[in-house]
Amino acid sequence: MPTLHTVNKSPYERSSLESCLDHVAEGDSVLMFEDAVVGARRGGKFIATLKAERPSCALYVLGPDLAARGIKPADIAEGISVVDYGGFVDLAVANARVCAWL
Amino acid sequence: MSGYQINGTVAEHDEEGYLKDIGEWNTDLAGLIAKSENIEMTPDHWEVVNFLRDYYEEYQIAPAVRILVKEMTKKFGKEKGDQKALYALFPYGPAKQACKIAGLPKPTGCV
Amino acid sequence: MSEQANRKKFLYVNRRAPYGTIYALESLEVVLIGAAFEQDVSLAFIDDGVYQLVAGQDTAGVGMKNFSKTYRALGDYEVRKLYVERESLAERGLTVEDLMPITYEDEDDDYAEKPSIHLTDRSEMARLIAEQDVILSF
Repeated sequence: MPTLHTVNKSPYERSSLESCLDHVAEGDSVLMFEDAVVGARRGGKFIATLKAERPSCALYVLGPDLAARGIKPADIAEGISVVDYGGFVDLAVANARVCAWL
Repeated sequence: MSGYQINGTVAEHDEEGYLKDIGEWNTDLAGLIAKSENIEMTPDHWEVVNFLRDYYEEYQIAPAVRILVKEMTKKFGKEKGDQKALYALFPYGPAKQACKIAGLPKPTGCV
Repeated sequence: MSEQANRKKFLYVNRRAPYGTIYALESLEVVLIGAAFEQDVSLAFIDDGVYQLVAGQDTAGVGMKNFSKTYRALGDYEVRKLYVERESLAERGLTVEDLMPITYEDEDDDYAEKPSIHLTDRSEMARLIAEQDVILSF
């Protein structure tokens, strides 16, 4: 059964996203929320790192946190899906455990 | 400021009677704290208090009661490492009363 | 229902150095309190979290309580699986020799002292995460 990994810190400030991606298993999901959403923007330097995990992991970003920071869904790099709070809950339910990378 | 008055000095304690500064502890003070808990110190009481102080010195925590029982059993045998015997010595609980007399902070997780 | 059936696998993930924030101490206190529930507990030390177990911590100068000695009490609380990530140590210029020895007494083996610290590769750490029921991050 897969794991939902959550990251809530900007990868430009902390290593949480990198640590998370270093510990994901095949079939896991990674959700970026709060300040972590800045890492999902097209053209950013962490997109390459995220891309490397794309075949094995599903990548998500929380819509309300994007909107709050003025990032439009169209600005998000391809391969990352936008979810709302309900989608966050669905992910938590669909996975066997949640691992928070604080 | 509330404190234990002893030998002309005052050792401050918190609202529950735990010493604020573990460094102020001495055996006279332990006797005074025991008295305020209505406990007359016997060699058996001292064995527990000294054990707790040694444990704290080594690990920087007061052990949970079940750990105290287990470790007392290992060190002194089954009769001493017995929850009932410990409660007979310290009716309000070895963690609560013996730690207070030993000058240690309130044990972690003890509410 | 046996107690065994209610046992869940708990992993505490520690990723911060001690003293700069309260995370490390909070984690340790939760582990000690949680030990009363007799679950199958493991601790992971990743990233700066490896600094929590470094030997020779001296907090006199910063005026804070040195809680590093308390990790050595974990064995008494039957918390005996401390997984330290090999890559996290190496990236910080540390080796296992820089860590405090932490042991437990195995009552099933004539109270022999056994090491609680297990050096763990990143890939093994990922597997460890994947086999837990509950993960608590600090």
